[in-house]
Amino acid sequence: MKKLLLGNEAVAQGAYEAGVRVVSAYPGTPSTEITENVARFDEIYTEWAPNEKVALEVAVGAAIAGARAMACMKHVGLNVAADPLFTSSYTGINGGLVIVVADDPGMHSSQNEQDSRYYGRAAHIPVLEPSDSQEAKDFTKLAFEISEKYDTPVILRMATRISHSRSLVEIGQRSDVHLKDYTKDIGKYVMMPAMARRRRNILVEREKSLKQYSEEAELNRIEYNDRSIGIIAAGGAYNYAKEAVPGASFLKLGMVYPLPEKLIKSFAREVERLFVIEELETFIEDYVRTLGLDVIGKELFPKTGELSYEVIASKLKEAGINKEVLNLSFENCKAPNVNEIPLRPPALCPGCPHRGVYYVLKKLNLTVTGDIGCYTLGALPPLSSMDTCICMGASVSSAHGLEKARGKEFARKTVAVIGDSTFIHSGITGLIDVVYNNGTSTVIILDNSTTGMTGHQEHPATGYDIKGRPANKLNMEKLCEAVGVKRVRVEDPFEIKKFQKAVQEEISADEPSVIIARRPCALLKRVKSKNKPYCVNTETCIECGLCLELGCPAITNRSLISIDETMCNGCGLCADVCPTNSITRGDICD
Amino acid sequence: MTDTGILIVGVGGQGTLLSSRILGEVALRSGMDVKVSEVHGMAQRGGSVVTHVRFGKKVYCPLVGAGQADYVLAFEKLEALRWAGYLKKDGVIISNNQEIPPIPVTLGHQKYPENIRESLEKIATTYMVDAGRIASDCGSAKAVNVVLLGVLARKLNFEKELWTKVIEETVPPKTIEINIKAFNKGYGVV
Repeated sequence: MKKLLLGNEAVAQGAYEAGVRVVSAYPGTPSTEITENVARFDEIYTEWAPNEKVALEVAVGAAIAGARAMACMKHVGLNVAADPLFTSSYTGINGGLVIVVADDPGMHSSQNEQDSRYYGRAAHIPVLEPSDSQEAKDFTKLAFEISEKYDTPVILRMATRISHSRSLVEIGQRSDVHLKDYTKDIGKYVMMPAMARRRRNILVEREKSLKQYSEEAELNRIEYNDRSIGIIAAGGAYNYAKEAVPGASFLKLGMVYPLPEKLIKSFAREVERLFVIEELETFIEDYVRTLGLDVIGKELFPKTGELSYEVIASKLKEAGINKEVLNLSFENCKAPNVNEIPLRPPALCPGCPHRGVYYVLKKLNLTVTGDIGCYTLGALPPLSSMDTCICMGASVSSAHGLEKARGKEFARKTVAVIGDSTFIHSGITGLIDVVYNNGTSTVIILDNSTTGMTGHQEHPATGYDIKGRPANKLNMEKLCEAVGVKRVRVEDPFEIKKFQKAVQEEISADEPSVIIARRPCALLKRVKSKNKPYCVNTETCIECGLCLELGCPAITNRSLISIDETMCNGCGLCADVCPTNSITRGDICD
Repeated sequence: MTDTGILIVGVGGQGTLLSSRILGEVALRSGMDVKVSEVHGMAQRGGSVVTHVRFGKKVYCPLVGAGQADYVLAFEKLEALRWAGYLKKDGVIISNNQEIPPIPVTLGHQKYPENIRESLEKIATTYMVDAGRIASDCGSAKAVNVVLLGVLARKLNFEKELWTKVIEETVPPKTIEINIKAFNKGYGVV
């Protein structure tokens, strides 16, 4: 039976069919749906971990214990998990271990565009890269076989357009993979210098065998067509290239590390002009150059962002490739004859609890160190209340850095904002640093009781596990107190005046403080507002624009200020800021 | 290159994902190779969203590139304008007539273009549909996506029964009746 599956669903299906027993992950676009879909299989123990490092360590432990195990994350998550990644390469596995990492070329939902393939090379771990959902499933299963055959973790590298594209997948049965015996083996699993030195040599030998595998494996294949143009590509880039120049000869790589030297050389010999087409860095291209081959790569194709058939075809045309073989459909397009099409950047949703926080921070004109999540949108106009956003957890620690560089006075005008899930992921360690090193930072934890941006995943403080079963609920207040913060308070971000007073008090304090701004995400099913929408009394409205400063998508300003009742969530924040009381709940207005 | 490309465009939260899922499933059950590309994550939060659907004998790329769209199915007018340039020469625009001003417009930094219908008509055959009203009449303003899917369905060569079957299987059980009604209304518009 064939199903139309997301690449991420296909990875989950592959894990199921491969007999995987344990999966641990932290959500992150574009990887999140892998774990969500794995959680649907009762045969697989699945969990959300507090962060990617923990997730990978759980998977490593499960693999050492003899189970097939998997950890899933986005590209920047692999930075967090890099520590166990490098050493798990030394220990090798017992049951198969696969690390799924999803890159985000074009940065649809990420803070950088890093290329995870380098992790494979740096840690001497093989990397497989699928180009559609069927391959996503097949490669996942294959990754477990490679892992067990070569005693190595395997990275499955996904990317946004593979993770979030649907294509046909043949559904199979779960294979009966037994839990392997566990035997204590300190030479293999205790990585202290003497043992690690021995394992280091094994790693070098293993890599040689993997290279040989790459030469012969079916997942690297040559498609000979027109031999005047030869293209080496993998993953999404293969699809774009195939679309741009369908008649070319292709070396389609499914294993991008280690790369097959002989296969590449023989392909190069057979074609007139050799191109490497890849997104992000010159990973394949650099290798091809080390083989002394004449190749065209990023000197022609863009170094940043996503590729497309348009870009590839136009660049190949530029390089003198015969127009007849190129798909130049885009050249006939008619662009609309309009001066300017307004942008539509994402915005905090109507009813979003973060809006109240940013309204206050803007009013107080504070320096705000920010973090990763929906609330990063508070950086955009009109709320415009964020100074920095680096990575998960950096809000707390960098606020401390700001204070140590510019002194306590500066700290009196600075706050860190961080989401509840992000705080648990890696904000807590920063807070420990603040307390330990005599900082006086104010940290606002935006507690919307979920992992918002990635689509509502549970976390240790929601009180539920990944399958929606009740779980121990981490107490955020007690956690902050336990690390030594004496000033911890919980506030409702929709009580604007009270919230403002709280912020003023805490930034004035000469010691660390935490404000937990607690109100659940407006999109959560269990709290979805049943409030009636608000409306504007146009007779008393003086069009001062204060409500527009909230940046609520439901409030519009065509000839008059009005509220779109289908979008309004009934939170009432606009009514609170209206100086003439012209905004009232719908039923009163009518 | 005889495959069909459809861009479903709108504002995050309008239900482009559900529509593309239904369309993809209908094409699949009609024996086609199908690829659908979705948008998740940050861009979904009220931003401009586009979902690509391609079907035919064999489809390589999940994206509908410039010059590859047979249809632009727009849930909002401005978004129709944004993506109209992706149409093939004889492509067709089906657009909701609703305006959702983006934040830069609300703040007065940019202007919502006037006469969008005329601009669209200069590019391609355009069907402007009052999908919001039709959806409300059917019982839910949120069914705009299915109304427009109905309009598109009339233009495509799939069996109508298959559409309704897939819709019934895809939408939340409580909303089946409203959605089928909305689909049928849309189907009868053009």
